[in-house]
Amino acid sequence: MIIQTPETVMFWVLAPVAVLAALGMLLVKKAVHSALLLAWVMITLAIFYIAQDALFLGIVQIVVYTGAVMMLFLFILMLVGVDSSDSLKETIPGLRPIAITAAIGFGGLLTSLIGRALIGHSAAGLDQANSAGNVQALAKLIFSTYVWPFEVVSALLITAALGAMVLAHHERTVARPTQRESAIARFRTGSLASAAGLPGPGVFARHNAVDVPALLPDGSPAPTSISATLKARGDMLESAPFQLDVVDTTVVEEK
Amino acid sequence: MNPNNYLYVASLLFTIGAVGVVVRRNAIVVFMCVELMLNAANLAFVTFSRINGNLDGQVTAFFTMVVAACEVVVGLAIIVTIYRSRRSASVDDASLLKR
Amino acid sequence: MNTSTSLVYLIALPLAGAAALLLGGRRTDKWGHLLATALSASSFAVGLYQLSAMLGRSTEQRAVTQKLFSWIAVGNFNIDAALLLDQLSICFVLLITGVGTLIHIYSISYMEHDENRRRFFAYLNLFIAAMLLLVLGNSYLNLYVGWEGVGLASYLLIGFWNQKPAYATASKKAFIMNRVGDMGLSFAIMIAFATLGTTTFAGIAEVAPQASKAALTAIGIMLLVAATGKSAQFPLQAWLGDAMAGPTPVSALIHAATMVTAGVYLIVRSHFIFDLAPTAQLLVVIVGAITLLLGALIGTAKDDIKKALAASTMSQIGYMVLGAGLGPAGYAFAIMHLLTHGFFKASMFLGAGSVMHGMNDEVNMRKFGNLRKFMPITFVTFALGYLAIIGVPPFAGFYSKDAIIETAFNAGGVKGVILGSVALLGAAITAFYMSRVMILTFTSKARWDDDAHPHESPALMWIPIAILAVGSVASGFLFTRGHALVNWLTPVVGEHTGEHEELLAPIVVSGLALLAVVIGVAIAVIKYQLAEVENVAPENVSGLTRFVRKDLGQDALNEALFMRPGIVLTEVAEQLDVKVIDGAVCGVANMAIGSGSTLRRTQTGFARSYAAFILIGAVALIAGIWVVTQ
Repeated sequence: MIIQTPETVMFWVLAPVAVLAALGMLLVKKAVHSALLLAWVMITLAIFYIAQDALFLGIVQIVVYTGAVMMLFLFILMLVGVDSSDSLKETIPGLRPIAITAAIGFGGLLTSLIGRALIGHSAAGLDQANSAGNVQALAKLIFSTYVWPFEVVSALLITAALGAMVLAHHERTVARPTQRESAIARFRTGSLASAAGLPGPGVFARHNAVDVPALLPDGSPAPTSISATLKARGDMLESAPFQLDVVDTTVVEEK
Repeated sequence: MNPNNYLYVASLLFTIGAVGVVVRRNAIVVFMCVELMLNAANLAFVTFSRINGNLDGQVTAFFTMVVAACEVVVGLAIIVTIYRSRRSASVDDASLLKR
Repeated sequence: MNTSTSLVYLIALPLAGAAALLLGGRRTDKWGHLLATALSASSFAVGLYQLSAMLGRSTEQRAVTQKLFSWIAVGNFNIDAALLLDQLSICFVLLITGVGTLIHIYSISYMEHDENRRRFFAYLNLFIAAMLLLVLGNSYLNLYVGWEGVGLASYLLIGFWNQKPAYATASKKAFIMNRVGDMGLSFAIMIAFATLGTTTFAGIAEVAPQASKAALTAIGIMLLVAATGKSAQFPLQAWLGDAMAGPTPVSALIHAATMVTAGVYLIVRSHFIFDLAPTAQLLVVIVGAITLLLGALIGTAKDDIKKALAASTMSQIGYMVLGAGLGPAGYAFAIMHLLTHGFFKASMFLGAGSVMHGMNDEVNMRKFGNLRKFMPITFVTFALGYLAIIGVPPFAGFYSKDAIIETAFNAGGVKGVILGSVALLGAAITAFYMSRVMILTFTSKARWDDDAHPHESPALMWIPIAILAVGSVASGFLFTRGHALVNWLTPVVGEHTGEHEELLAPIVVSGLALLAVVIGVAIAVIKYQLAEVENVAPENVSGLTRFVRKDLGQDALNEALFMRPGIVLTEVAEQLDVKVIDGAVCGVANMAIGSGSTLRRTQTGFARSYAAFILIGAVALIAGIWVVTQ
């Protein structure tokens, strides 16, 4: 079987890019960049699948892998810390040269084996197998010959979902305090000054922002009214510039 | 051109994935490298399907995808659990087995 | 051959008693001794029933068997657990159960104040059962079970008061020396099985005439070793003296009347082997002759009344072994002496127990004297036994011992002269040392400790002694009426054929034996009755006396020959164990540790290094495929 020119062009454009993207995934520091490069590799593979008469798998590759799996990866990256960058300095002495040597040997031997195995074979092509349509032909196989593995795999999926829930589930070590208990705790253990709740931030009526302390009735600012995080970052503003010297108490008569 | 070139690309991607598993320390990146290896295998299956003229390879690739999806779900859950208790996603930090 | 279904009760009854008393524990304390005595007596009753049944049958039909169960069935090798009661066994059955029952009765009173009396009776019943199995087994293998059983019972009873370390040691000594003999028996069984292909008495008797002389001699010698161990014969005699550590009824039953005569039974039972193996038979005679002199000499130097009696037992069994070694002519006399000895020695031992009972458990004869005034019944019964053992007519010992001496003289040639002279000399020494025991204990001047209050024993103790004393008076006379016992045993042990010409007429032998007795008694009277006796053993004595007091160096000899080389061997073995075997074992372990600690370095705990190993493994795999598909 001779592959038509458009596919050849597509291959020689996309394959090097995919390999480069994979290498980049290996070399970049930030995990997010790795994920994006991997997503690109997967999309490339999806195109390869479609080009090789595997329409269904190409679509599934995009929907499941690029869509769901890679999004799950990114989601977890967000959870763990999107900014966390990986030092590329090797900490186990000798591991990197060993890994690279072994990988070169592995790739070389594999390539050599593939080449040797395929000498004298010409590709048969899927025109006949896909004559009723790729999805229909696959469905026929999956629901006849492979129906048992298919059922087993479905059980595996359910098990994995359950397993993920079990792993992600956080066991409470103490019972959640009831409303009554937390109210008692507030009055008995804390200072009475904060028992009724801390004041909200912002200078009432003139300027309202979370980084500006509220004013107490005597006109002095209340530092407890803003978030401790903002305070620690030094993002707290003075409230003095926003104070009014004269309060206009005239009331416009309503019509 | 003939379809064999897809196989060479697949073995190259697989090798890159294997190196990544060994050299990268971030558990999530290691996991992505595993996914890359699985995808390389899938590409090989699809190509085999085309060379042999039947769809069994594609079915196998399909099952591989399902299994990989399961793996991702459980694996990421494990990473989250480890991260929650150790505040780190580095695979080197989880080296208590040796003691 | 006739079968009987009631033989098993002979053994089962006392065995059930032992089981009940041992398993029942303290619950049976109150009535355990009565149960044991009753079961022993009922076993005796079964024996009497069997005897009457046997007498009702013609000579050829007298033996009966009972198959209990198929014991070992391997291929064409079958051994049944079966019992055989013939004219020989019935003698033993009645001796064991009869004397045993009397001693049970005696022990009820003797052990009254011992808090472990129930255990004592359990062991006694166990002994009776084992001893009956020994004499009733129809094959060497069945006999062996009983043989070991009596060894166990003997061990348990010698060490009955094992809270005293010396007693515990004595029981261990007896057990270990018995084991040496037991080895002989097991070897004999193995050789018999290997060369003759059977272990039953009937089977061996059938094939023995066609068997090789070497095999028969080997079996005979091994059986002799077994007999020397169990019967305290030279060279395995040293344990019997120490075995007197056990309670006196035990000494009377096991170490005088029954168990120690098992060796004689074994030799007589194996007559079909010894008759065809003259070398082994000669060794039997030599062992018997040496032991009868050795025991008698040891007896002259003992101040402990029980040990003096033990030495006498050894010597008397020497007579029996001598008789048994003389072939068909002597088998019946050996058994006869065994039976009469069972009566008079048991009665004397029980008498000694009665004396100890009245003298605060004192055993040193130098602290006795003039007890006949205070213990008239004990004195009379002991005297009857004494007259029987030294061989004064018409008491039992005269008939049986005289017959052995006479048979020894008639053994033919130089052998006969030597054996007869030894037996006569033994008789003289026996008369001397037994007179010494008698005089020191009962007739000489009192040399008691200040707190001694001698008194006669209760009826429960003296009645059994009296019954046994009657036996020691009458049994010899009864056994020899019309050669009753000889004719009775002939179907079992074979007839004495090929008459030797008589070296000395029976009347001359009897005269010589009586002369020897008179000389022995006379010396004893001069030395102990007419002279002053000190209540401690004199120290300024000749070297020979010292040597005899030390049991003719038997313990020193054992120590030098076996114990010290044994210790050296053990030390060598220990060094071998530590250096070579432990060295090898530790070497392997160290190698494992070394290789482990080297390999451990690859276990860094880093998942990535493991992944690298997987990668290297994959490379190796692919390289393998690459090479194979080349």
